[in-house]
Amino acid sequence: MLRYLIRRLGQAVLVVAGVIVLTFAVMRLVPGDPAVAYAGPKATAAELAEARRRFGLDDPLPVQLWNYLSDLLRGDWGTSLHTRQPVRDDLFQAFPASLELVGAALIIALAVGVPLGVAAARYKGRLPDLSVRLSSMLAVSVPVFWLALALQTVFASGLGWFPVAGEYDTSLDRTSPLHLYTNITAVDALITGNWPILTSTLWHLVLPALVIAAYPAGVVAQMTRAALIEEASRDHARLERALGFGETAVLTRFALRPALNPVLSLIALVFAYSIVNGFLVEAVFNWPGLGRYAADSIRSLDTPAIAGVTLLVAVLYVVANLAVDLLQGVVDPRVRAR
Amino acid sequence: MTAPALPELRRTPLRRLAGVDRLAVAGGVLLGIIVLAALLAPWIAPYPEDGGSATHPAESLLPPSGAHWFGTDQVGRDVFSRVLFGARTSLLIAVAVLAVSGAVGVVLGVVAGYAGGWVRDVIMRVTDVFLAFPALLLSLALAVVLQPSVTTVIVAIAITWWPWYARLTASVAASVAARGFVDAARCLGVPAPLIVLRHVLPNSLTPVLVQLSLDGGGVILTAATLSYLGLGAHEPTPEWGLMVHRGQSLFTTDWWVVTFPGLAILVTAFAFNVLGEGLRARLSR
Repeated sequence: MLRYLIRRLGQAVLVVAGVIVLTFAVMRLVPGDPAVAYAGPKATAAELAEARRRFGLDDPLPVQLWNYLSDLLRGDWGTSLHTRQPVRDDLFQAFPASLELVGAALIIALAVGVPLGVAAARYKGRLPDLSVRLSSMLAVSVPVFWLALALQTVFASGLGWFPVAGEYDTSLDRTSPLHLYTNITAVDALITGNWPILTSTLWHLVLPALVIAAYPAGVVAQMTRAALIEEASRDHARLERALGFGETAVLTRFALRPALNPVLSLIALVFAYSIVNGFLVEAVFNWPGLGRYAADSIRSLDTPAIAGVTLLVAVLYVVANLAVDLLQGVVDPRVRAR
Repeated sequence: MTAPALPELRRTPLRRLAGVDRLAVAGGVLLGIIVLAALLAPWIAPYPEDGGSATHPAESLLPPSGAHWFGTDQVGRDVFSRVLFGARTSLLIAVAVLAVSGAVGVVLGVVAGYAGGWVRDVIMRVTDVFLAFPALLLSLALAVVLQPSVTTVIVAIAITWWPWYARLTASVAASVAARGFVDAARCLGVPAPLIVLRHVLPNSLTPVLVQLSLDGGGVILTAATLSYLGLGAHEPTPEWGLMVHRGQSLFTTDWWVVTFPGLAILVTAFAFNVLGEGLRARLSR
């Protein structure tokens, strides 16, 4: 196990290093001079030179890459050109809101996808199965930006059932100010017992979380169905049937737990995907998360900020992958040999 | 008890074509209709000139009617005609991306799988880096660098797409390379490039082909997303994502401008997914 752990960790570090180099390369490709963006259009030649010196833009590329790497390792992710704050602080501020949104979406996805997958497996080949398979394929085929616009238009602007935009009603900040611990509004409101803000946040979460949940709910339903069907054809299921358990009991009482293993690793993998997918939804619902930060950064060609977002998402992906592999390595020794 | 035996289905030619999976057939038929609509767009579109830069300011934002099934847009163009022409753009992007990334991925994957050792390690680690890099962000950065256009969308998506095929092909090719007939060829002194080309490659292709048809929907969605963000096709090119982008502020008042292009994306991606699912179910049986 230890050898497997070390090898897998080594691979993860290599991949992160590769991602850093790739990020650096892409940032060099983006047109526009960061010095100009920082010093402003009316800067004098001297101010520009000062900005260039400050960002080390005069150094040879390998030196710049080396500086970039060592800065990152020391926790210095650069300074955002448009907020003029350290990128790391910006990310710490924006990420919890995205985490809240995607977390809510994944909870919805599991709550909807697993029962649907069970129902499909129970009635395999019949109408419930077909409708679950078709609707899960529909769910993974829907363009998120369009679904976000549609739900917002119908249920928020049109019917007025849900708020149009934002994370919570900010006028509540005056009547019941929120104390921040985790920076995740819903969690902070819950642990400090701030009910007005909690209900407002949950209310604002419904539509954007539903949109992001569509894709993971679809893949969770498909995966649950496939894993259950596989599990229900094993010997233990034959024994349970011989003992007189009904088909539903065999599936939900015995087959479901082992079948949920691959589903949970799937959730870890769609997590990073959903964060990026959420960017578009955040833009539509004006959610104060990474997506809005990324959009602002791209608009102002804020290279350090774009690089920061990219790195954060890539690291999330690598960590999620690593967690899944290690978990499976613990559960299934055959994985380690590979 | 295993799965209950399916009643023997009549072996009509169409069914034999795609095995017996009705999903694959349904997806194939749906996709076929979309392809036909794309090919025949200039002849079946009620207002073919609206696929281009024509404008009819007097007829702007008319609701759906007998004359304009999907209504008209801000400059009076027939939305139905533009949706039909949009199928050409989307399918062109999908085919180009799948061909380019499939070719690159298969070549790298077969080499990695057959060679093994450090060659495989290097290729797989590079693949991992590209897989970890958020595809949408990389595409965004590239679209910024390369100027927005349909070609940019194709290049940007292909760069983020090939690693999946490289990884898949490598694992299949490795298992093919370990089989007896490959050993036999090697013993007979067949040179390595010929072994790869004649024996390993043909036997590693099926899973990749299925994966390619499964991924058509993903490519269509990503392309539409890039265009929606203003990084792909530009006016007056009829492109579904771009149509949603240009109409989004009108959604509350003139719903048809956004609804129909979005539905077109949904239906096309759905057709690819149903076909791919059906093929995969058939293959894994």
